[in-house]
Amino acid sequence: MELQGLIESLQRDFPSLSWSEFRGQVRAWVSRDRLFPLLKTLKEQHGFDMLADITCVDYLYYQEKKPARFGLVYVLTNTQTNQRLVVRTFLDEPDLVAPSATPLWEAANWLEREVWDMFGIRFAGHPDLRRILLPEDFASHPLRKDYPLQGLGERNNFPIIRRAES
Amino acid sequence: MALEMPDNVLITKLDAIANWCRKYSLWPMPFATACCGIELMATGASRNDIARFGAEVFRFSPRQADLMIVAGRVPIKMMPVLQRIWLQMHEPKWCISMGACASTGGVFDTYAVVQGIDRFIPVDIYVPGCPPRPEQLIQAIVDLQEKIQREGTVMGREFEAPERQKPPLALRPEGRAGLPGLIAAPPPEQQP
Repeated sequence: MELQGLIESLQRDFPSLSWSEFRGQVRAWVSRDRLFPLLKTLKEQHGFDMLADITCVDYLYYQEKKPARFGLVYVLTNTQTNQRLVVRTFLDEPDLVAPSATPLWEAANWLEREVWDMFGIRFAGHPDLRRILLPEDFASHPLRKDYPLQGLGERNNFPIIRRAES
Repeated sequence: MALEMPDNVLITKLDAIANWCRKYSLWPMPFATACCGIELMATGASRNDIARFGAEVFRFSPRQADLMIVAGRVPIKMMPVLQRIWLQMHEPKWCISMGACASTGGVFDTYAVVQGIDRFIPVDIYVPGCPPRPEQLIQAIVDLQEKIQREGTVMGREFEAPERQKPPLALRPEGRAGLPGLIAAPPPEQQP
């Protein structure tokens, strides 16, 4: 089944679903409360058995007006037909919580930890939502656009070892 | 007093002979985190052959090494590890900061990369380059050998000298005079 037809057939069950296409790549938007049912349907009934990536976009300072600050992106793959589908949803502060996809794909575990680490988006139902790349005591979420490139002094926050002490 | 001395006995100072032994048996601990590590491997391989200078015994245990070669950028998550490994090394020990990233942070002027390991651990020799060629690293080892021969002592008193306790010149107030804003990070730009 072509992806466009699939999306349109799903719109009966998911009224908030919309889609667009760019250079043969189909992107579907869905509201956050219908995100998990949509992912579940796509996996269990339409063969999207592989979660290729979860990432996030911070639209703060973005030229084009977006419905919310954060765009959460799921890249799904059907390994039988080699189809790829991008599912997106928007999240806005202060309620930065999305449903965890770990019940569907085990791969979501580390990907969601990375999104939490870099953007500060929580995933409800994640078994172990810790930082994955940055140190445990890091306080910020550095891929947010309002985080300065050179940091808030974390890179200078180490004890100084002199010759006499070592 | 004239002592009968065979021709094959030489007399020297204890410091000098200790330095002579130390400088020709530097055992490097390769702390290679990035592309400088590839050049470090090339330095150890047969074409450049660091063994000609007595430093071929790469030890991956800090307790068996006396020269740490930091080759590559050091992120904030690696800095505590680097400091711990440095503290685990036995005296006498030296440190070479190899390449632009280890010395200054290089092009990685970001929140995650330490802007020069000499801010937090003592460094003896800096090697410029991105990455440095093996010849440059060998030159650094030769320079370090000269430094050991020049100022080394058996008991390691040279490590307690006040000059060695200071941060490098670029991080001192007098070294920063005339270079405003070189070290201090600029304030974060407020975007519209």
